[in-house]
Amino acid sequence: MRTPRILTLSALALALSLAHPAQAANDADLAQIRDQIKQMKDAYEKRIAALENRLAQAESTASKAETVADKAEASASQAQAAAQQASQRPASANSFNPELSLILVGNYTNLSQDPNQRRLQGFMPSNGELLPEARSFNLGESELVIAGNINHLFRGALVLAIAPDNTLGVEEAYFQTLGLGNGFNLKAGRFYSSVGYLNDIHPHAWDFSNAPLPYQAFFGGQLGMDGVQARWVAPVDTYFEVGVEAARALSFPAADETRNKNGLMSGAVYAHVGGDVNVSNSWRAGLSYFYAEPNGREYDDPLNDTTYSFSGSSQTWIADFVWKWAPNGDASRQNLKLQGEYFNQSEDGTLVYDVNATAMGTQRANFNNRQSGFYAQAVYQFMPRWRIGYRYDQLFSGDPSFGHDPLTSEFPSLKDFNPKRNTLMMDWTPDEFSRFRLQYAQDKTRPEATDNQFWVQYIMSLGAHGAHKY
Amino acid sequence: MKRIYAIVLAVLLSAFVLPAHAALKVFATVPEWGALAQEIGGEQVKVYTATNGLQDPHRIDAKPSLIAQARSAQLVVATGAELEVGWLPVVIRESGNARIQPGQPGFFEAARYVTMLEIPAVLDRAHGDVHAGGNPHIQTDPRNLLKIGEALSARMAEIDPANALAYQSGYKVFADKLRSAIARWEKEAAPLRGVPILVQHRAFPYLQNWLGLKEIGSLEPKPGVEASSAYLAEILAQQAVQPAKMVIRPAYQYDTPSLWIAERAKIPAVTLPFTIGGTPEAKDLFSLYEDTLRRLLKAQQG
Repeated sequence: MRTPRILTLSALALALSLAHPAQAANDADLAQIRDQIKQMKDAYEKRIAALENRLAQAESTASKAETVADKAEASASQAQAAAQQASQRPASANSFNPELSLILVGNYTNLSQDPNQRRLQGFMPSNGELLPEARSFNLGESELVIAGNINHLFRGALVLAIAPDNTLGVEEAYFQTLGLGNGFNLKAGRFYSSVGYLNDIHPHAWDFSNAPLPYQAFFGGQLGMDGVQARWVAPVDTYFEVGVEAARALSFPAADETRNKNGLMSGAVYAHVGGDVNVSNSWRAGLSYFYAEPNGREYDDPLNDTTYSFSGSSQTWIADFVWKWAPNGDASRQNLKLQGEYFNQSEDGTLVYDVNATAMGTQRANFNNRQSGFYAQAVYQFMPRWRIGYRYDQLFSGDPSFGHDPLTSEFPSLKDFNPKRNTLMMDWTPDEFSRFRLQYAQDKTRPEATDNQFWVQYIMSLGAHGAHKY
Repeated sequence: MKRIYAIVLAVLLSAFVLPAHAALKVFATVPEWGALAQEIGGEQVKVYTATNGLQDPHRIDAKPSLIAQARSAQLVVATGAELEVGWLPVVIRESGNARIQPGQPGFFEAARYVTMLEIPAVLDRAHGDVHAGGNPHIQTDPRNLLKIGEALSARMAEIDPANALAYQSGYKVFADKLRSAIARWEKEAAPLRGVPILVQHRAFPYLQNWLGLKEIGSLEPKPGVEASSAYLAEILAQQAVQPAKMVIRPAYQYDTPSLWIAERAKIPAVTLPFTIGGTPEAKDLFSLYEDTLRRLLKAQQG
């Protein structure tokens, strides 16, 4: 570009020098010519500058295009590498985030008797939930589960329960070991005790909408622990597991929640055995023992409006048994589950109460009693997605001793009676994330009335696909 | 109490006096991996297979017997890609066995060594029982066994270095035999290329990819979701426009939907073994594919 400009200028100069010898032109002409030349020069220079500019732009666009092409190539090869990696990456829906799941439960109940009058006659009220708690539409507990591996050594889990009255509760919050080895597992924090069969299974995974009567009477629904658990699986072909727990027990029959002492409070030991009979049949059986020393465990007797306080020792034995049948071991079409647990609880200590403060003052009785109860149930999946079930519960109130012959008004709720209940259910499970259940119970837990209870319940689970226990 | 401690202690001690030089204990989740480990390991391994060919691998109970077997296993061979997500994590955690925890050499996931198909772009349960890692039924393409077998033999050698050479040669013998079988099968299966099929469950993308079968519809509107009769009628209507030559299902699924379609569309319903033990003829990894081809070719010839 520089060369044509020089050429143009020299051409102009030549023209000027040719015109020079004429000498005819006067000063005015000269000035005019100079002016014209200047104008021409300016115009050329402008055009040249514009052309230069365009060239520079074109050049930079070209190099940009090249960079873009390079980048595209690089990203293509990156994509290829990523695709290759992707196929080798461990399948995890949400990388490093913990597994999240949410359980939504709700029901409609129709009860022939007033739920506020319900009690288990012959048993100290355990202050646990005696579901269903109310008539008509009820929201159940919404559960939020957050769990995940902490590192290669530990796994942690938190189960939050949001009650329908908008209170938040920590149902479980624990860590457990992953690689202790030699069959050992340790767990610490808040967890459901592994005694019995049903106790450490969350209500949304139960086969009926409410807890069996022995759980309601002897554990206030479900036995929770703040403590430690150690388990060991034997290195033999038949499943054999033993476990021990030391904890601040969070429910009846313990009263550890407000206890102020160092060291041990409540404890449990248990053993489970299990195996396969053949490809279609498998089983598990267990024996558990729970010990607590309730100190000042209170209950209000609704029949005489008196508050009682028990202090002493409480021992509970549980025998549990589960049998599962599925043709050829494939439970997806048909399966049958038989399940039963037997509880035996003995308590020995003193009962402090106040029947009529003005007349008698505070009373004290040497109390001891042995009570028992069981439930047995069968749940049959007769075709894909549909199950029916039947459960029978019964409690035996035993023969309480008070150290004296009690007046009829002294312990009205402990007067002997054997509560019974028959429950039928049918549920529909479109897939493993949703379930609808219809349940009918004939509840004879107090002598004066039979409660006919109808339930319609839904259970929904969102999020991570949790693995279920046997 | 004292007696209980004594018993516990006695069993505990017996754990440490077990014979030191025993066969490598392998816990396989499904029959195909059990068979693969056996082909590679021969007499050096003792294989326990958790399920049989007629069980739905998605829906297995974390049975006590499985926990007991996992307790003493040295190597767990699983499919991965969330196939066993409903039961294996519980079995492994409950076993208290440090060697087989995820991340340890004793935990082997086959799906990590093959190219996965049908990796979902969107993860939403409204799309059915989708697996984030892709379709986990990788065993229906025998070429995958070569890659998985290679990785598995290396893993077995890592865990049991004393027998490393045996695993290496075991794999080599198996791979040579399988390669020539694959060449033979591919020749036999040539007529299946491009044949349009219906599937009862999307269990066969790897088989389709291998043989060139063309899936034109599934009897499950969404993975793991059973078809309504309206949906089946829709599939049947589609048959008039775009006819499939056969409808195939894995042996563990019940046959009602595929028989329903087969009868009305007048096409054969084909039960494929899917894994070893799925049909009486599928006795090992070789007869598994032989039987699969035989059944497909028979249906294709009408």
